[in-house]
Amino acid sequence: MDFFDRFTIPPHDDPMLYASIVAIGLVSIAIVLGVTYFKKWGYLWSEWLTTVDHKRIGIMYIISALLMLFRGGADAVMMRLQTAVPDNSFLDAQHYNEVFTTHGVVMIFFMAMAFIIGMMNFVVPLQIGARDVAFPRLNALSFWLYFAGAMLFNISFVVGGSPDAGWTNYYPLAGTEFSEHVGVNYYNWALQISGIGTLMTGINFIATIMKMRAPGMTLMKMPMFTWSALITNLIIVFAFPVLTIALLMGTLDRQFFTNFFTTGDGGMDMMWANLFWIWGHPEVYILILPAFGIYSQIIATFSQRNLYGYKSMVASMVIISLLSFMVWVHHFFTMGQGAVANSIFSITTMAIAVPTGIKIFNWLLTMWKGKIRFTTPMMYSVAFIPLFTIGGVTGVMLAIASADYQYHNTMFLVAHFHNVIIPGVVFAMIAGLIYYWPKMFGFLLNERIGKWAFWNIVIGFCLSFFPMYITGLNGQARRMYTYSEASGFGPLSMVSFFGALLLAIGFVLIVYNVYYSFRYAPRNVGDDPWNARSLEWATHNPVPEYNFAITPNVNSSEAFWDYKKNGHDLFKGEIKDIHMPNNSGWSIIFAGIFFVFAFCFVFHVWVGVIIAFAGIIGCLLYRSFEKDDGHHIHKEEIEETEKKFGGAK
Amino acid sequence: MKLKWAYLAILTGIAGLLAGCEPLLVLNPKGPQAETTANVIWLSIITMSFIVVVVLVMLTVILFKYRASKQDPDYEPPHIEGNKYVEGIIVTIPILIVAFLSVVSTISTHQVESPPEGYAEDEPVVIYASSSNWKWHFSYPEQDIETVNYVFIPTNQNVEFRLYSHGTISSFWIPQLAGQKYAMADMTNYLNVVAEEPGEYMGRNSNFNGEGFAENEFTVTALAPSEFDSWVEDIHNTADPLTEEKFEELLEPGHLGQMTFNGTHQEFKPAPEGENSPHDHGGSSDSEEEGEHHHH
Amino acid sequence: MKLDSKNLPLEYSTETNRMNILGFWIFLSAEIMLFATLFTSYFVYVDRGVGSGPAGAEIFELPPVLIETFLLLTSSFTIGLAVHAMRINRVKAMIGFMVVTLLLGAGFLSVEVYEFIHYYHIGATLQTSGFTATLLTTLGTHGAHVTLGLFWGIMIIIQILRNGLNARTANKSFIFSLYWHFLDVMWIFIFSFIYLKGMM
Repeated sequence: MDFFDRFTIPPHDDPMLYASIVAIGLVSIAIVLGVTYFKKWGYLWSEWLTTVDHKRIGIMYIISALLMLFRGGADAVMMRLQTAVPDNSFLDAQHYNEVFTTHGVVMIFFMAMAFIIGMMNFVVPLQIGARDVAFPRLNALSFWLYFAGAMLFNISFVVGGSPDAGWTNYYPLAGTEFSEHVGVNYYNWALQISGIGTLMTGINFIATIMKMRAPGMTLMKMPMFTWSALITNLIIVFAFPVLTIALLMGTLDRQFFTNFFTTGDGGMDMMWANLFWIWGHPEVYILILPAFGIYSQIIATFSQRNLYGYKSMVASMVIISLLSFMVWVHHFFTMGQGAVANSIFSITTMAIAVPTGIKIFNWLLTMWKGKIRFTTPMMYSVAFIPLFTIGGVTGVMLAIASADYQYHNTMFLVAHFHNVIIPGVVFAMIAGLIYYWPKMFGFLLNERIGKWAFWNIVIGFCLSFFPMYITGLNGQARRMYTYSEASGFGPLSMVSFFGALLLAIGFVLIVYNVYYSFRYAPRNVGDDPWNARSLEWATHNPVPEYNFAITPNVNSSEAFWDYKKNGHDLFKGEIKDIHMPNNSGWSIIFAGIFFVFAFCFVFHVWVGVIIAFAGIIGCLLYRSFEKDDGHHIHKEEIEETEKKFGGAK
Repeated sequence: MKLKWAYLAILTGIAGLLAGCEPLLVLNPKGPQAETTANVIWLSIITMSFIVVVVLVMLTVILFKYRASKQDPDYEPPHIEGNKYVEGIIVTIPILIVAFLSVVSTISTHQVESPPEGYAEDEPVVIYASSSNWKWHFSYPEQDIETVNYVFIPTNQNVEFRLYSHGTISSFWIPQLAGQKYAMADMTNYLNVVAEEPGEYMGRNSNFNGEGFAENEFTVTALAPSEFDSWVEDIHNTADPLTEEKFEELLEPGHLGQMTFNGTHQEFKPAPEGENSPHDHGGSSDSEEEGEHHHH
Repeated sequence: MKLDSKNLPLEYSTETNRMNILGFWIFLSAEIMLFATLFTSYFVYVDRGVGSGPAGAEIFELPPVLIETFLLLTSSFTIGLAVHAMRINRVKAMIGFMVVTLLLGAGFLSVEVYEFIHYYHIGATLQTSGFTATLLTTLGTHGAHVTLGLFWGIMIIIQILRNGLNARTANKSFIFSLYWHFLDVMWIFIFSFIYLKGMM
């Protein structure tokens, strides 16, 4: 094979593809030229690319997540367009397969994960009154590894070809016998790299939450989002190593011809499915628990009441996290492990409905006797409750093994998991973003445009996914690039496509809202625009580099509310010098080398692999010998900053 | 605001439209197995609707009653930590519902995993259904014939499909007769199917297996036993024999349409069960256990 | 901060140090999951028959395995001595024990390399069967950890020689000792559940 042949994409007679390549190229060039023209390279490098500040890293995660939302969303619209009418030929089968594969991977790993980790980065240290996370440099490395993984995955589209075996990537379909081109190599390496980043995040946040809480904040006085973050990160630490091994085995199978998941020589194709879901089901709760945390914050704030049943909220999350490791078989009830095993996993799965139900009722009871204000974040939360309940009960329906034999692999399943992930995770992240926007940037997003976006998204969601329940029950398998007119799936699929368009309009409106509010929104929103309750609102908007001038003294999970209403003395003591970590380009360089390593590995370019590996070792050596004690922000400087915000807090 | 209501009107319109449609395949069973699943699905829909309605009603009432615009500006919501009894109720009711559905799930899963009641005593008709990209091969060992992408079965008789794959994992599914089960390369799965009404049913692979997945369908025709026998006789008189070379040719990726042969590929390429199962080397044998389980 | 840092060992003496040690413990729990996944997979593949390749009993040889076990267990003891020497501020003894630890580790690796070459010669390679792939991946993952440990240990020794024993180097040495003990524990699992069980 000629050396450069490997980088070409498998043949498509598809002008769309070339149009997208050109579009990607033009946008990249425009960004580079723009930054150069405005002479922002220096600013970008010293303030953002090398930053170790948890707030900026959080914002970078969220920006990446939004970019990926649009990448994955474009895939979604293409799928709905292709299936809008019977026997459509907008996409061919191979292209459709690549599109739904990248849609799944991008949305789960590079959108949802990035969004929740970004949110945790920004909020958790503020909520516990810390200056930063436990290991700021590691945190930057986590982000850049995630980013390297995301970029690696995205270039698959133009160099070598995208993976096409579904986001679940089942073998032997994903093996070299049935998927020859490099797509699945990309899958393995992109997820491996970003997975390592996620694992580091997990370690980092457990240490942060365990050790860096403000004085007085015992575990049972942590705000609910911090609780959800703690449990989520525990799940990350226990679940992600399973994915690491599964991906390693996949890589060995595909690139070194081993027999882990092959069908001969003692291989076992079902082993991938097992490992994937042993990681994959906890992953579902990695995504949803932080969302629960966000809703808990928002619902309490806008009901102007404390969160009902704090203890049962915590207990239910702990139970969910334990159960999440005991249900993976429900993803393949149809594999033939027999009625007994299926019944057991059916029951463990349904058991999760109990703690989840407790949470739903607790949120309802939080609003009860409250004084509910319908701001945009609250509207997402209010819409979440019934929609997520529907998603949850269809989950219980799927958990009944005998019935699952009919739902499995159908659009009913697709409808179900979108029904939990979109109102569950996506709504929460949008609501959280709007809620914390003033903390990030010092101004509010426009409520009117926000509500327009909300209605488009909610109605678009219902129109997109509710019809799928019906077509699923009518025998429509998922992942079919087309169907016949006789099948009768046509009209409802058209409704889905219409819903997808509304969703797209909603997300575009959110971006427009950012632009609009950036230009026109008033900047004098103060430090407490929502009349909020938990500790993160006790500092300024936008948050200064050091978070809190004086380390707060906490008495409850709603310390800021107690400070405002009950005369709690939050800030005892006086301003002192604050020790902060230094910025460093090490993380981005290290992750960059990882990117090269993985890219060369994908294409079997062994020289590149060896050189990049040497680079990785070099980076580790540099880090081992580096002395970096951070720096101090001096008292005078802090006093000056505080004065600008109108008095120390 | 007007737009909102317009949207809602469209939504209800669609729901109404759907209610008038003909029954959905899964909820229109033609055999005892699919009937069991359809009943379970209806039961779970009803139970679950109860929960959805409760949540919706509570939410609506709370939102109307406690919205800020309706309240005294001086109203200060109370601080309520929680209440033993209330929390007891919100734990107990879900537990009861889940316990009920667990029983339903366990019983119905055992039902659909074994030959349906009333058909268990008779010897089943054995048909091997094996998948290759992107076709289904049906071997009738008893009748010594093989078909591609279509299968004829006698009505009111238990048909035991033995499922496996020549490559990728696929899932054998006839929505109106029974739920699906995987066909995999290194083990054989068993699926009991009874058709109680003659007719033609849609069957397909529902597990994504590559480029030709969408068209990976087959038809199931249920005939009265006497008609089934004469169909077999016809094939014996007219169809070509299935040779090993011919079968290897059939395995090449692609779509073949419907084909019929004398003889089965089981003779030269047996299914991964019993001594041909890779599980057997290690001593423990899943397929044997399943075989046993299957025959009681 | 209220803790009296004078009563704490050097490796725990600063906030950063304590944080590093906690972080490393969390990392080790992730490592436990990593090896647990490998072991679980191993048990699945070993019970499944071995395809066209050999079974464990046919290829395992007791002498090299015993030597490996002896070397690694001893090294776990010597790294413990090194930490003890560090606690009583005997820097030379500490470095001595660390060097011995690393030499034992290198010895372990050489025998393991021999073992791998042996497997290769008798036709049990990574590609032979699902069983050999899992066996060699599990052993290889452990071996890669030991290799990384060797280089890490050397870096720490260099840093102690250059900067003396201070809060930073003591912290690194202590964390390194945790890592090394962990590898030892994993080896005990490998020894019991892969080799002994395989040979029985």
